[in-house]
Amino acid sequence: MKIVHPLIKYVRPGFLSTTNCAGCGNGIIAQSILRAVDELEMDIDDFVFVSGIGCAAWIPSPFFNADVLHTTHGRPIAFATGVKLSNPKLRVMVVSGDGDLVAIGGNHFIHAARRNIDLTVICANNGIYGMTGGQVGPTTPSGLKTATTPYGNLERPFDLPNLAKAAGAVYVARWTTYHARQLTKSIKRAVQKKGFSFIEVISQCPVQFGRRTGAGNAVTMMQNYKKNSVSIKKVDKLKENELKGKIIVGEFIDREEPELCEEIAKMRERIG
Amino acid sequence: MKKEIRIAGFGGQGVVLSGVILGKAAVLYDRKRAIQTQSYGAEARGGGARSEIVISDEDIDYPKVINPDILVAMSQQALDKYVKDLKPKGILIVDSELVKDLPEDYIFSLYRVPASQIASNEFGRIIVANMIMLGFLVSLTEVVSLKALKNSVRESVPKGTEEMNIKAVERGRKIGEVVIK
Amino acid sequence: MSNKVLTGLHFMQGDIACAEGAIAAGCRFFAGYPITPATEIAERMAKRLPEVGGTYAQMEDELGSMAAIIGASWTGTRAMTATSGPGISLMLENIGYAIATETPCVVVNVQRGAPSTGSATLSFQGDILQARRGSHGEYETIALAPSSSQEMFDLTIKAFNLAEKFRTPVFLLADAFIGHMREEVLIPDKSKINIVKRKLPPCKMSLNEYKSSLDENVAPMPIFGHGFKSHVTGSTHNSYGKRDVTNYEALDYEVKLLSKKISKHKREIISVDSEIKDSNVVLISYGTTYRAVREARKMLKRDNINVGSFRLITLWPFPEEEIEDLAKKVKKIIVLENNLGQIVTYIKAAVKGEAEVIFLPPQVLGTLHKPDYIVDKVKEVI
Ligand SMILES: Cc1ncc(C[n+]2csc(CCOP(=O)(O)OP(=O)(O)O)c2C)c(N)n1
Ligand code: SF4
Ligand SMILES: [Mg+2]
Repeated sequence: MKIVHPLIKYVRPGFLSTTNCAGCGNGIIAQSILRAVDELEMDIDDFVFVSGIGCAAWIPSPFFNADVLHTTHGRPIAFATGVKLSNPKLRVMVVSGDGDLVAIGGNHFIHAARRNIDLTVICANNGIYGMTGGQVGPTTPSGLKTATTPYGNLERPFDLPNLAKAAGAVYVARWTTYHARQLTKSIKRAVQKKGFSFIEVISQCPVQFGRRTGAGNAVTMMQNYKKNSVSIKKVDKLKENELKGKIIVGEFIDREEPELCEEIAKMRERIG
Repeated sequence: MKKEIRIAGFGGQGVVLSGVILGKAAVLYDRKRAIQTQSYGAEARGGGARSEIVISDEDIDYPKVINPDILVAMSQQALDKYVKDLKPKGILIVDSELVKDLPEDYIFSLYRVPASQIASNEFGRIIVANMIMLGFLVSLTEVVSLKALKNSVRESVPKGTEEMNIKAVERGRKIGEVVIK
Repeated sequence: MSNKVLTGLHFMQGDIACAEGAIAAGCRFFAGYPITPATEIAERMAKRLPEVGGTYAQMEDELGSMAAIIGASWTGTRAMTATSGPGISLMLENIGYAIATETPCVVVNVQRGAPSTGSATLSFQGDILQARRGSHGEYETIALAPSSSQEMFDLTIKAFNLAEKFRTPVFLLADAFIGHMREEVLIPDKSKINIVKRKLPPCKMSLNEYKSSLDENVAPMPIFGHGFKSHVTGSTHNSYGKRDVTNYEALDYEVKLLSKKISKHKREIISVDSEIKDSNVVLISYGTTYRAVREARKMLKRDNINVGSFRLITLWPFPEEEIEDLAKKVKKIIVLENNLGQIVTYIKAAVKGEAEVIFLPPQVLGTLHKPDYIVDKVKEVI
């Protein structure tokens, strides 16, 4: 009997081999997204996957057998905004890296959250610029040595869930690649949620981050994700020093707010 | 016939609107050709405002006013700045309240219209001074027909203020008639 | 205001005429960011689009505006943005993306005094070469230059038609002068406005069928939401649309295809306005500069001097053959531009020494050429 991967039906024919390095967390994220689509029993043809530039941007492009818009560095959320506004029936999901979404694209990120436009944004956060060879990024922990911080990173990293929350996102979660099941569940929630949803996935880049910062190989990195993760539900009970170096995971917010496309439709009705 | 008109004053006097009203009157109601341009930016924001209109029976090629046939000055500053451009034997119309220092020797026809004075005394609204000026200008020069002017005013002013503005135009026209007699 | 396309006679600013042209052309998405002297277009679109069932988006910057109209275009919607110098500079990366991904859209540049922030309210023709070569790489582009409010309306429609037909961004290169000037605009009845519809693939083409349509004759566009499973990428791709960024053959294939798509259809795209008769001297102009040329010719005629006029309505692709022909018929060519010489370099190349080419900027950059200044120059050279 031939064993077929249950998600292979979502992969573009002829594009089976990925460009990820061995052990890269991007594969887990790709699977979690496709599994969420599958479990939701949604038609993948109703989705448009939008990505920017970077290793993470290659999660949907070209592998997902759906409409895929692989855009320019930093701009996927702005492209996705145009897609969604002009055809609100489409389910629009942005998948990109930390550098792409919150360094060069940071402005689009906070403004899309502020507008509360119905997008699902998934950030594969490897804490580094993977594709260009391991330079410091906006989420690189302080002190770490990277290709462009040979004496250690002097800057502080962004806390993405709290940034998204403050900017107005209605659903925000953080997981690591170790939490594949929870991640899938979160993606399902985010896709169904009307409004701007954001999920940060702490993801291992063994080749650039692991090698340059001494974080080890993929297995070590994932073991550390397991060891260092603390559920957001338990955070209140812990003291500040107990939280040091921990990764707070879980759902940061899940709230209802008026969604932009729906508000535009109402405005059109109103002015008749 | 091609007529070039420059209306100048300061921001808030409806200078730009006056030009637009004249242009609309010419194009939409008299079926002539017209082009309106205006000054923007530093000049406008610094207090000065300028609107220019070219009206002609034929296609207008060059859209800018270089030497106007008619200058309407709604401030001293505007007069000082633009009077030198006026064509010889051109028409200069000033608001007599706002423009006191006039050139000593000139070769153009000068009209002093108390537009802002009438606007505040008779209408209680200084803002209609530009309409009084338009009424005067049109009755004096017939660059557009009075009917076209009134139609254009109705279409261009905020809803609910049409009658007041038309009255102001009429008031200006009357001054013009007296002058012509 | 009615919810439909306007018709009849209007006294309109160029910027407003451009917005109305877009609405008439079926544009239903606009994304932009305020900037003088293009803001009036955005303001008009913000008011009008919801009335006709469209969407206006004020983005956080011009990078996002350009991105958003490309996204909208991929859903099958006609989309436009309008800006000026600083904004165009920010848009350039994504304009290149639109060229590479063959995304129809219209980009209006109401040119202002520049470089840098320059003079927001002053007119200029400073971005002519930027429209041709501003984004990185090798490509062809389409740009039109309106010279009246009426043309702000007409050429916006034409820009949409060219964009849809050739699947490419089209520039409307206006300037502050034409954008802010008011004059008459006659809007024909809706039935008289010719609208080119975008070619879509028949439902679910096979990969091989799709491949065979990928030639310089413009492939149908597999827009989103129809099960085409489109893969749109700015990365170099092969004939299957598959990313191939390590082979020179793929690069060679894509760049040549994109360029040929425009150059092969040049005759259809290019429009010029030529009145030469038997004059030995001809004035070449485009956009607002043409207005000064018209006045100058009238003045010259009064002195019994007959000079020709050759106006470029299409700036890009450059009407090389038309200029070459022209050069054979005349002795002297005076090129008028409101800059220090941009299109004139292309004209000189096309003239190939067949006629003398004289460049004439206005006396004061940014201002319209004074007609008597042109007259004097003509009298000097004849
Ligand atoms: C405008 C622009 N600047 C720079 C680059 C080069 N570049 C490509 S990917 C990348 C960084 C990507 O980092 P991230 O988004 O974190 O993705 P990762 O590769 O880490 O998954 C950069 C800077 C580019 N493509 N475009
Ligand atoms: S460089 Fe890092 S992020 Fe990129 S594919 Fe390799 S492991 Fe993954
Ligand atoms: Mg990264």
